[in-house]
Amino acid sequence: MSERKHRQQTQMVPYPSKSFVPERDLGFMPVLECSHLGIEFGGLKAVDDFSVVMGKTEIGGLIGPNGAGKTTVFNLLTKVYQPTHGTMMLEGRDMGNMTTVDVSKAGIARTFQNIRLFNNMTVEENVRIGLHNQIRCGMFSGILRMPKYWKAEKEQHEKTLELLNIFDMAGMADERAGSLPYGAQRRLEIVRALATNPKLLLLDEPAAGMNPHETEELMENITKIRDQFRIAILLIEHDMSLVMGICEDICVLNFGKIIAKGTPEEIQANPAVIEAYLGKRKEAEA
Amino acid sequence: MVFLSNLVNGISLGSIYAIIALGYTMVYGIAKMLNFAHGDVIMVGAYIVFCAAQYWNLPPVLCVIAAMLVCTLLGITIEKLAYKPLRQATGLAVLITAIGMSYLLQNTALLIWGANPKVFPSLFALDTIWLFNGQLAIKPETLITIAANIVIMTALTLFIAKTKTGKAMRCVSEDRGAAELMGINVNRTISVTFAIGSALAAIAGLLLCSSYPQLMPTTGSMPGIKAFTAAVFGGIGSIPGAMLGGVLLGVIEIFGKAYISTELGDAIVFAVLIIVLLVRPTGLLGKPIREKV
Amino acid sequence: MKTKKSRMITSLVTYAVLILLFVILTVMINNKTISRTLKGQLIPICSWIVMAVSLNLVVGISGELSLGHAGFMSIGAFSGIITSGWLLNGFQMEDPALRLLIAIAAGGVIAGVAGALIGIPVLRLRGDYLAIVTLAFGEIIKNVMNCVYVSAEGRSLHWGFLNGDLPGTLLLNGPMGAVKVKTIATFTAGFILVMFSLVVVLNLVNSRSGRAIMAARDNRIAAEAMGINITKYKMMAFVTAAVMAGMAGALYGLSMATLLPTKFSFNESINVLVFVVLGGIGNIPGSVVSAAALTILPERLRFLQNYRMLAYAVLLILVMLLSNNPLLKSLWRNLFSGIRGKRKEEEMRA
Repeated sequence: MSERKHRQQTQMVPYPSKSFVPERDLGFMPVLECSHLGIEFGGLKAVDDFSVVMGKTEIGGLIGPNGAGKTTVFNLLTKVYQPTHGTMMLEGRDMGNMTTVDVSKAGIARTFQNIRLFNNMTVEENVRIGLHNQIRCGMFSGILRMPKYWKAEKEQHEKTLELLNIFDMAGMADERAGSLPYGAQRRLEIVRALATNPKLLLLDEPAAGMNPHETEELMENITKIRDQFRIAILLIEHDMSLVMGICEDICVLNFGKIIAKGTPEEIQANPAVIEAYLGKRKEAEA
Repeated sequence: MVFLSNLVNGISLGSIYAIIALGYTMVYGIAKMLNFAHGDVIMVGAYIVFCAAQYWNLPPVLCVIAAMLVCTLLGITIEKLAYKPLRQATGLAVLITAIGMSYLLQNTALLIWGANPKVFPSLFALDTIWLFNGQLAIKPETLITIAANIVIMTALTLFIAKTKTGKAMRCVSEDRGAAELMGINVNRTISVTFAIGSALAAIAGLLLCSSYPQLMPTTGSMPGIKAFTAAVFGGIGSIPGAMLGGVLLGVIEIFGKAYISTELGDAIVFAVLIIVLLVRPTGLLGKPIREKV
Repeated sequence: MKTKKSRMITSLVTYAVLILLFVILTVMINNKTISRTLKGQLIPICSWIVMAVSLNLVVGISGELSLGHAGFMSIGAFSGIITSGWLLNGFQMEDPALRLLIAIAAGGVIAGVAGALIGIPVLRLRGDYLAIVTLAFGEIIKNVMNCVYVSAEGRSLHWGFLNGDLPGTLLLNGPMGAVKVKTIATFTAGFILVMFSLVVVLNLVNSRSGRAIMAARDNRIAAEAMGINITKYKMMAFVTAAVMAGMAGALYGLSMATLLPTKFSFNESINVLVFVVLGGIGNIPGSVVSAAALTILPERLRFLQNYRMLAYAVLLILVMLLSNNPLLKSLWRNLFSGIRGKRKEEEMRA
């Protein structure tokens, strides 16, 4: 596979609780530890017994057939849904009592499968909203235009342009977010998520709707973001060239359960995964 | 005896609320909008009955049928002209349009019939029933209202459960997109819903003005809002909920007026609404909805 | 496309035009060249402008339909009247300007407290439910004000509920409302209040808090994922609007010799909503223009008085239908971004 050039040859080492983290992250606390996480919707177990550990700078992949519960995992991690089972820890902090807002403040940022930008605001304003808890300025300083307001506005503007430059989007700062082309909207969502200064970035199908060239660029950028910000990234993706190309550790979900975990090589060779994607061999022959 | 008399009046008033609430609850369940003008359709219905009885000297049955016809046409027209173009618009736009529609009906009525209250004629030529040696008086309007409520509730429940149109309504209320894919004519189903709701509004108008015989252009708005309260109270989208909510609300209002304060009667009803929405936003018999992410 | 710069220019132009109008009107008042009707309307116009601007903060900026805005105006009006009467009776404060200032501040604070108390339960709800509950609160406020009696005896205030048998001079007389109010409101005060409300709303919109409020309006889930506390920012907009409505109410109340509690009915809330919708939802200068125009016009067109509400109703519906017509919407967008868009296309091709 030629796409593999984006991935460093990572040595995966065992971590307590039967999980693996990259060797380089061994001295650090894992950014995310989920154990036996699960949620039931009226008896249906949408996600069940989800246990995963992510190293400080790991790029992880979450794959599986449609309806496997991948986005539900993201919704659990960001507390859009309250898990009914299990525990989650963010750098050793228990996330049990956190709300979506707390989770964002604690350091998990996400993008959405169906893009959720603030369409009527400009690109810059979208990123500034991501900076909401990074560069602060109270209501009264804002209304009275205190020096603090001008300082905060300037800082926000500079930081926004800096972040937009990751994807060469600084020139679009004054465009209406809703009028951007699809690919640019996806990239803007990533920039906006990065603005919240996350420790863990969750990307829900970042390459959806992108052409192979754009996907290639995106892969470079995801690796670049990880190296530059030294954060962990967990992504859901159907484009296997991207997943196999940049993910160091992959987790396969089917019917809400983890059916396989391992490096891209291990996953590609795993019979359970092949079965989940292609069906049983016998059926295929019949 | 005063207690019993209040109870009967409460159930009677509540039955009117229940019939109005049906219009709200069906439209809310199927078109997912608050038809603010529904209360004013009641008022139009009452004026039609008034005109039919007073000026054209029609027999009571024809008065009611005339009012139902006019209201049905009115309901369908309102939906086609004002709400249908806004199917894809924000909830804010739809609600503002509905408020505009409500004002339009009120002010048109004001121009046609004037601001002076009309004394509504008594259509039911029956005697008051005296119980317990003449201590408890039950007016014929009261009994007819309660009976009408029960008949309408039963008929509507059967209609929704048994007929093809009823099934289509349930489908559209559950998932409009899927219903359309299954070949259900969504626009027609919504029109039918408005038609039924408006026809019921005409009956509600007649019953309301029979019990409280003062007819003005604003007659419908307050009962309309209270009936919406009743629909929310019982659980919006639920027909038995509308009945339960309506009757409970009517009883609460009459008792509030009798035992707490006449001036605060409306305030008490609205306080009930607020408490219900805070404690149980889905109402007594409603189902919770989950937002998809 | 509203960039920051164009927003700033709009704000500055709005301020400049209003100051100019104020100077002209003041000169006309001094020359006595102003018509009596218009002069009598100046203070109410200011009140309605502030009402429209503050409701637009809730409806346009925060995206929640509030149907009980007149309730806050009512609270502000009667607290303002009571404060003014009390200051005059108990503290012999003769200076009308100072009394007006304190009364307006009191109206704002008390309405703001009411807004906070109402906002806590109300803002947990969404959409139509929120609208109907604000309507309910507005009606409750009207009903309760109908039953409240307040009197001043020296420096002590007495109050009764459903019971008007109070010592001292009655300031608030239940269903009769406030009578023999000393009308101390001035046009200058009204103008200052208008400017104040505009500065507050326009500056708020262009600040971190304002962006958070708009983010919560545009996409609730994304805003929460960005770490924005939705309730806090909805509350901020709602309470700020209540404070301004209370101030507008105090100004209005102190310009009328008598004031009935039933004045602030649901109809008034709808009137203000009409100002907001016609001026453009989210368009603050638009609210100023439409509030002023729709307060002056009906007086001019007395013969059309019967048709006024009818016209409002038709306007509400038409504005909503036209502004949500997909064809017109795209036409409108092309009209404005046509030139910019073309240039961009050329850049893209190059």
